[in-house]
Amino acid sequence: MNTLLGRLTPWIAGAAVLIALPHVFTSGFALTLMSQIGLLIVFALAYNMLLGQGGMLSFGHAVYFGLAGYFTIHYLNFIYEEQVPYIPVTLIPLLGGLVGLFFGILIGYVSTRRAGTTFAMISLGFGEMVTALTLVLVAIFNGEDGIQTDRVLGEELFGITYGPNIEVYYLIAGWCLVCTLAMFLLTRTPFGRISNAVRDNPERVEFIGYSSQRIRWLAFSLSSFFAGIAGALHAVNIEHVGFEQVSVIQSGLVLFMVYIGGTASFVGPIIGATLLYFLQSTLTGVTEAWVLYLGVLFVGVIMFFPGGLAGLISMHQPIWRARARLLAPLLVPYSRFLAALIVCVLGCIGLIEMLYFRSSRLSTETELVIYGVESDPFSAGPWLIFAAAAALGAFAIRKTYPGAVSAWNTAIADARARPLG
Amino acid sequence: MSSALTLAGLRKSFGAAEIIRGVDLEVEDGERHAIIGPNGAGKSTLYNLISGRFPPSAGRIHLYDTDITGRKAFDINRLGLTRSFQVTNIFARLSVLDNVRCGCLYALGHRYAWWKLVGRLQDVNEQTASILRDIGLWEKRELPAGLLSYADQRALELGIAIAGGANVILLDEPTAGMSHSEVEQAVSLIRRISEGKTLVIVEHDMGVVFDLADRISVLVYGEIIATGTPGEIRASSAVQEAYLGTGAN
Repeated sequence: MNTLLGRLTPWIAGAAVLIALPHVFTSGFALTLMSQIGLLIVFALAYNMLLGQGGMLSFGHAVYFGLAGYFTIHYLNFIYEEQVPYIPVTLIPLLGGLVGLFFGILIGYVSTRRAGTTFAMISLGFGEMVTALTLVLVAIFNGEDGIQTDRVLGEELFGITYGPNIEVYYLIAGWCLVCTLAMFLLTRTPFGRISNAVRDNPERVEFIGYSSQRIRWLAFSLSSFFAGIAGALHAVNIEHVGFEQVSVIQSGLVLFMVYIGGTASFVGPIIGATLLYFLQSTLTGVTEAWVLYLGVLFVGVIMFFPGGLAGLISMHQPIWRARARLLAPLLVPYSRFLAALIVCVLGCIGLIEMLYFRSSRLSTETELVIYGVESDPFSAGPWLIFAAAAALGAFAIRKTYPGAVSAWNTAIADARARPLG
Repeated sequence: MSSALTLAGLRKSFGAAEIIRGVDLEVEDGERHAIIGPNGAGKSTLYNLISGRFPPSAGRIHLYDTDITGRKAFDINRLGLTRSFQVTNIFARLSVLDNVRCGCLYALGHRYAWWKLVGRLQDVNEQTASILRDIGLWEKRELPAGLLSYADQRALELGIAIAGGANVILLDEPTAGMSHSEVEQAVSLIRRISEGKTLVIVEHDMGVVFDLADRISVLVYGEIIATGTPGEIRASSAVQEAYLGTGAN
């Protein structure tokens, strides 16, 4: 019983967190943010069924997200005009999932015939093609303006109308939990295991009775189903879908989320989607250089932490599992390294912001405020301070990094030395 | 007497180079058949043709009564033929247990199932456990396969191949690179797993070949120059001349 309870605990805790969040962060901004993060988690997990589980790098997965979004908007509008059977908004995401599944089966049949680079290129091609179509077929997609709807169809069960944002939040939270559980269980099925096997060694799979192509197609279709659910949730949440949602930009964003979060673990995409969308929506209002920071973060993670943030956590798991106290000696070296990193990053941000301010004459702001202090980018003082911080930080990173690594090495060796309990 | 595997007039060319130049071979049901020959004789190519890695340029291949010429590898595997690889070919990031488990999923009828949990499949669990014990990797079942030692990876390679319970087993140099004691273990393992099945084995270690095989075929430059019992092969002057070398000690 201990095991069943142990297995259920994370899910119950997750549900509790989802229920409690809007009571902790009550602002309208926070509510929209959390809703959007919830549906992006579904999208990112769906994407990782391809990348992390199946070894398929797609540059065009937003196609299934976006097309389901377009379809959802149209369907809601058609319900108003009483041209289609009524479906309660609560169940509309399922419809979006079926749209994603349909296009996943169709396009996947072509694109999953090959793996590796060929697959990646075909996915890019389809991504560009569908984006172009949304701009050309104005009757369906309404060009650059996109299409919109009103999600309030009337009262559903328990008097829910989806008028207030809080009701949409709970709709998304519910679907997010169900989809996450479903995708987690999928990794534990024969399909899930063979999908991992295809990722590791597609050729060998053929000699144990499996068609690697068939597995990729199945993974692609199921992944498109969940991407479609996320797209429909997006449509309900924002009440608008445009070409951006099918475009390569959206596809790239989900790739960034999954990579930065970590492809090797199931929770990686959840971490990545949460962090990235949080940063995106809070930083876009503060700095014009957000995309630059995103790029630097992505490159940094790929170069130094290829396992992503989840990989950083999971490399400490054996230590924690062997004996939690073994983590204690890590505290000081890690803090030193982290402090150095923060100083360096703060210095670099200061430099970048001043550079941006000087180069963009269009800025309506007349003074630049960095870290709450007015900094004049036309005097030498701030430049010197930030440059010194960046250089000092970089130097300190080099000095403290070996200490952090050797502390981890010692701890992991100690952990391996004791038998697993 | 029925044949498990029949090759008739088999040929394979890569560009202008003909690697397999008309092979006729019958492997009887239930026998242990070794294929020997110098490097570059075409042994691995022959395996690749039989197991469906590439189609032959000419000739037919029968598995029992079924013509498997030019069929896809997974089709041939589903008909009950399995193979191992000379260069270890495993699923590096999966655990040792999952490697073996993947080997038996299709054969036990679970195919592409995405609606049942893999840990709950009693038949798979039992078969996986029994194979892991057989190949001596039960204690290491939780490790990622990529972290195993070379000899353990060779054992796992064998485990994946036999996990589906195929009736015809093709092994490609299963003892290559092993130490003397490891070879002994491997031979007794191969003897055990091929009990009641048909085994074809490509091997360079003559001790292993003469110890294990009921019959031996000698492949030289893409042709089989002799087939017979170990005694006959040892006595054959044609074999000595072409393969062992007349002056061999």
